[in-house]
Amino acid sequence: MTKNELAGLAGTKAEAERRAADLAPAFAQAAWREGLIDVALADLESPIGRLTVAVTPRGLARIVFESEDRDAELERLSRLISPRVLAAARAADDVRRELDEYFDGARRRFDLKLDRRLMSPFARDVLAATARVGYGHLATYGEIASRIGRPKAARAVGAALGSNPIPIVVPCHRVIGAGGRLTGYAGGLPRKEALLRLEGSLVE
Amino acid sequence: MRGTAPPPFERFFEANRGTVLRFLTVAVGPQEADDVAQETFLAALRAYPKVRDDGRLDRWILTIASRKAIDHHRGTKRRAAPVAAVPEGRDQAVAPPDEPDAELWMAVRALPPAQRVAVVLRHVLDRPYDEIARVTDSTVEAARANVYQGMKKLKERIR
Repeated sequence: MTKNELAGLAGTKAEAERRAADLAPAFAQAAWREGLIDVALADLESPIGRLTVAVTPRGLARIVFESEDRDAELERLSRLISPRVLAAARAADDVRRELDEYFDGARRRFDLKLDRRLMSPFARDVLAATARVGYGHLATYGEIASRIGRPKAARAVGAALGSNPIPIVVPCHRVIGAGGRLTGYAGGLPRKEALLRLEGSLVE
Repeated sequence: MRGTAPPPFERFFEANRGTVLRFLTVAVGPQEADDVAQETFLAALRAYPKVRDDGRLDRWILTIASRKAIDHHRGTKRRAAPVAAVPEGRDQAVAPPDEPDAELWMAVRALPPAQRVAVVLRHVLDRPYDEIARVTDSTVEAARANVYQGMKKLKERIR
């Protein structure tokens, strides 16, 4: 008997990696059921590219665009919420369903529970005001600033919107510059345009 | 506490699951390996918020996997105890007698759990003795002795 024969019983490393990857969904399901995942990740396909959503037991905490650095975002979630971050597709079933309906034009407001832990106190105020801008409507940074009682804080409002951890669902894309310029968006201006076109707010 | 906060579990899981599965495939048997691997990573997930990253989390997960492998064998033995004949366990069913590795599997299964675990760490995963000692919570001498005795038995049965 040789050591190679013994090692051969385990199969090749590539086989083990494949088998382990196949087992991952069942493991994630068991872990989620036992309440051991603090941040569940799921990758969803959408008309504006892949969206990585992060769901906690409190609700939806983060939506990451394909153009953003997914690894850096995982690190951030790990640091700011909990290192128990794991891909668990089923945990995001509600989010997937509502986003699909939204992109199909069949949903105008989201009923999802939100986890606002990634928002600063100021950003919470700004984003709460933003959440009241309805589907098909627009507001300017200055208007949002007035609505939170800080009429001179348009720039700070812009920064808070730029840091929105839950774009699309918290509709920061509906906030534009005075004079109608779209200005910035975390996912890039083409995505902001696509969302506004979907909502009928942008007519060519 | 030394070390830093651990990486996102997702990254740790992806980096170590293949190795854990290879270890358990031989340490508890191919059919049982999947379940024991799941138990291993669930235990790791439970402890994860308190773990510190010393740069060797691979050693930490193998420590858990080794304990789970030994526990698994104890459990199997207890369950099997009242039965006179050896039941047709799932582990036994893995390698039919006509398979080329059947004899080797029988010999591996006959090893005492501590020796089986030590042999797998040494000769399947290529881990050094000081690491085997840490992972199995024993001394370097005991680790060496377990590997030596285990290999001796395997060589006696397989020529």
